[in-house]
Amino acid sequence: MSPRKLLALFALALPALAHGQAQPIRIGAFLSVTGPAAFLGDPEQKTLELYVEKLNAAGGVLGRKLELFAYDSAGDAEKARGYVKRLIEQDKVDLLVGGSTTGETMAAVPLAEAAGVPFISLAGAVVIVEPVKKWVFKTPHTDRMACEKVFVDMRARGVTKAALISGAGGFDRSMRAECLKVAPAYGVQIAADETYGAGDTDMTAQLAKIKATPGVQAVLNAGFGQGPAIVTKNYRQLGIAVPLYQSHGVASKQYVSLAGDAAEGVRLPAAALLVAETLPDADPQKKVVTAYKRDYESRFKQEVSTFGGHAYDGLMLAVEAMRRAGSTDKGKVRDALEATRGYVGTGGVVNMSDKDHMGLDLSAFRMLEVRKGDWTLVK
Amino acid sequence: MIEQYLLSGITTGAIYALVALGFALIYNASHVINFAQGEFVMIGGMASAAFFEAGLPLPAAILLSIAGATLVGVLLDKLAVEPARDAPVVTLIIITIGASILLRGLATLVWDKKIHRVPAFSGEAPIALGTATLLPQVLWVLGVSAAAVALLTWFFRRTLTGKAILAVSHNRLAARLMGISVRRVLAVSFGLSAALGALAGVLVSPIAFTSWDVGVMLGLKGFAAAILGGLGSSAGAVAGGLALGLIEALGAGYLSSAYKDVFAFLIIVAALVFLPNGLLGRGATERV
Amino acid sequence: MGSSGAAQPSGSSRPLLVLAAIVAVLPLGLPNAYTYEIAILVGLNAITCVGLNLLVGYAGQISLGHAGFFGLGAYGSAILAARYGWPAAVSLPVAVAAVGALAWAIGRPILRLRGHALAMATLGFGIIVSIVLATEDRVTGGPDGMAVPPLASFISGEKTWYWLVGGALVASVWMALNLIDSPRGRALRALHGSEVAAGALGIDAAAHKLSAFVLSAVLAAAAGGLAAHYAGFITPANASFLHSIALVTMVVFGGMASTFGAVLGAAVLTTLPQLLASFKDYEMVLLGAVMMLTMIFMPRGLVPTVERALAAARRRPE
Repeated sequence: MSPRKLLALFALALPALAHGQAQPIRIGAFLSVTGPAAFLGDPEQKTLELYVEKLNAAGGVLGRKLELFAYDSAGDAEKARGYVKRLIEQDKVDLLVGGSTTGETMAAVPLAEAAGVPFISLAGAVVIVEPVKKWVFKTPHTDRMACEKVFVDMRARGVTKAALISGAGGFDRSMRAECLKVAPAYGVQIAADETYGAGDTDMTAQLAKIKATPGVQAVLNAGFGQGPAIVTKNYRQLGIAVPLYQSHGVASKQYVSLAGDAAEGVRLPAAALLVAETLPDADPQKKVVTAYKRDYESRFKQEVSTFGGHAYDGLMLAVEAMRRAGSTDKGKVRDALEATRGYVGTGGVVNMSDKDHMGLDLSAFRMLEVRKGDWTLVK
Repeated sequence: MIEQYLLSGITTGAIYALVALGFALIYNASHVINFAQGEFVMIGGMASAAFFEAGLPLPAAILLSIAGATLVGVLLDKLAVEPARDAPVVTLIIITIGASILLRGLATLVWDKKIHRVPAFSGEAPIALGTATLLPQVLWVLGVSAAAVALLTWFFRRTLTGKAILAVSHNRLAARLMGISVRRVLAVSFGLSAALGALAGVLVSPIAFTSWDVGVMLGLKGFAAAILGGLGSSAGAVAGGLALGLIEALGAGYLSSAYKDVFAFLIIVAALVFLPNGLLGRGATERV
Repeated sequence: MGSSGAAQPSGSSRPLLVLAAIVAVLPLGLPNAYTYEIAILVGLNAITCVGLNLLVGYAGQISLGHAGFFGLGAYGSAILAARYGWPAAVSLPVAVAAVGALAWAIGRPILRLRGHALAMATLGFGIIVSIVLATEDRVTGGPDGMAVPPLASFISGEKTWYWLVGGALVASVWMALNLIDSPRGRALRALHGSEVAAGALGIDAAAHKLSAFVLSAVLAAAAGGLAAHYAGFITPANASFLHSIALVTMVVFGGMASTFGAVLGAAVLTTLPQLLASFKDYEMVLLGAVMMLTMIFMPRGLVPTVERALAAARRRPE
């Protein structure tokens, strides 16, 4: 072939090459960075930014750079809807990650379904993936799983009658409803069901009522934020002797430092990320969680959070799926996501299927207990 | 059990009372409902947490944060309320709403979005009172609130500035004609109100922690308490605060904890329908 | 109750035609579905604000709980459609009518209150509504919200909804303007000036206040119902205290006792957060600052301030 022809061919191919090189993969994110769920969205955003950076530094995905479009929906479902519209229509993203709270996720679901954009949710409620929706996946454990894990542990301690106390938020109410539903199947009777409001400063009235309920052998507090910390302190103040369980909503050092000594002996289900160092070397998750913990903590100088871990899993699952699909075609990526098998994340080992768009089972949750201000694994 | 409910009610009621006092104070001086009042509570809590975490001894942290909040209150008056002094009252209310949004935004920038705790002033060992228990911090809350109310009453009856504030609240024009500087009165009212709010924030954070948005709910409840008690008097603010706290605790204990706030607001609305000037209010403004 | 500068009676229909023209022409400037969404949200907030303005701006009452009516209209229609299978074309008017009846029932006792007692009563109403909506999760789906069936199979997509909401807005403004110009409207404005004086002239203050209250509730409920079916999803946040405050802010910002002020206020304060979104951490600070500065420098709101400036300019000797 003459040099001229070669050059001409190259010139023709160049735009295609340049197009392929220059066109970044667009990841759309809508997170509750401010607002009442800020402790969800803030680590999530930091995690996404950190790993998009790392992935790009390592050459990107499929030879293309990743571009992150992140918006702050502040825990507001309406705002989330607006931003998802913006991400889909204006920013033209290839994939959505986000929806820190269930309300925000559910507001975005119809949009993702209608537009055919794969959406990996970072919110907790089981309703996100049940019934299964074609384009919607999620990384965090469901609230139902948290209830189940707690009830299994309660039964192991001989508890058959328990009390429930929860807050007014979406997470609290959803977990409470799930616990009430599944308790009988695990042989636990819920004898008292109390609630407190957002911003309440004192729960002694509700706990006094629980204390006076005959036969209660354990108490489960479904909530997040400062409510559970106040509940824990009030619990000790009233001298309630039976075991206290918290939810994965407070699986963070912040809860332990807020509740102080009162948190001693409290148990909760959480991802292995919280006890990364103490995991046995043979544990399948050890490598992933210690690496994430090290990267996050050294960059942001703050304690790693399970919520950030969910964002890590979401991004990595997406990237994995794109690599397996060999493209960013939304349909192919969706199919690849559904075919995820044996992916080891911070939340657990993920095995998705067409019936299961979360992919975690009960073993992904570890039961932890607070001892001397730190987490220990309950065997 | 009722003793525990009563104690719980008085604890939250005392906090509501302090916040309500702040509302009443500013309202009486300027007829403005200061929707940023809750943010003063937040500043008190967050600033003391930040100072304490930075290494200052607790008393110094507390005093500095109250002083800081007072400054913010005076600035709010000088920069936002005074320039708009001739505007309709509704406009002034919107300005304070804007200020509350601004202050919350600033809080996330100056501090952070996390929840902070401040150590209890005298330990956490619960005190038994019959069948109920009480945290020592609650005694601080009750004691300091009572002292604050007493001080305020003395301030309004015995000091010139206090009497000037009363005069302005009765009749602004007449007060001006008597040589009282309305501007100074407003500034003092805002500053004092901010100090009260910050005090509430400092007292309650050992019990209920503090964060950038802790002011929204407390401000709302404090406002409700102020109206319930009757905006015209400080006794009313205290009565309204305690009443609200007790209604909530008793409602949670005896009726349904899920609906305790609904009962509280229903009772407030019903009370207002029968006593439009609140529990202790009287037609015209009488005392602050 | 000082005068708030009741707006000039709009004898000519010119401003209304201008609004209709804007609605008709705006789509030319909307590049994608996301911008249509913003326009639709503006329209829905504007409808609510037009109603609220009748109550706050003209009749001089306060409502810090109007989002409660919005939320009840939304959930009323959503629950009838989703849980009981009613067609939305029926559930929506029924829900709106029910909210109107509720407003009539609670309006009678609470409108006897004045000033801050009324503010507290309406505030209490709004909060009670949002708590009940969040707590009765078996019916309402709780704080996480519930899915809402579409309005009708042929009404889908942003463009159709834009025309529907735009039409509803023009209709609401037309209705509001006609009301203000009517004897009833003049009675309302007289009330705002002085209830006692109006009473001396034989105006039944209570009845007029109640009708303004009910009408504003009906408009809010209608907007809420439309919002629910448009988004296909609602949460109790639609009835929250913060939403109520946002609505009052829009009315005051745009200019009380000015129907077009209400529309403009809704337009500005709905789009502003979208514009500020790119400022991320500074969004709240900027929003608060904008609200404060605008109210300090334009204390009567946008429209009256602009009207006065124009009038002053016209009066200036050449």
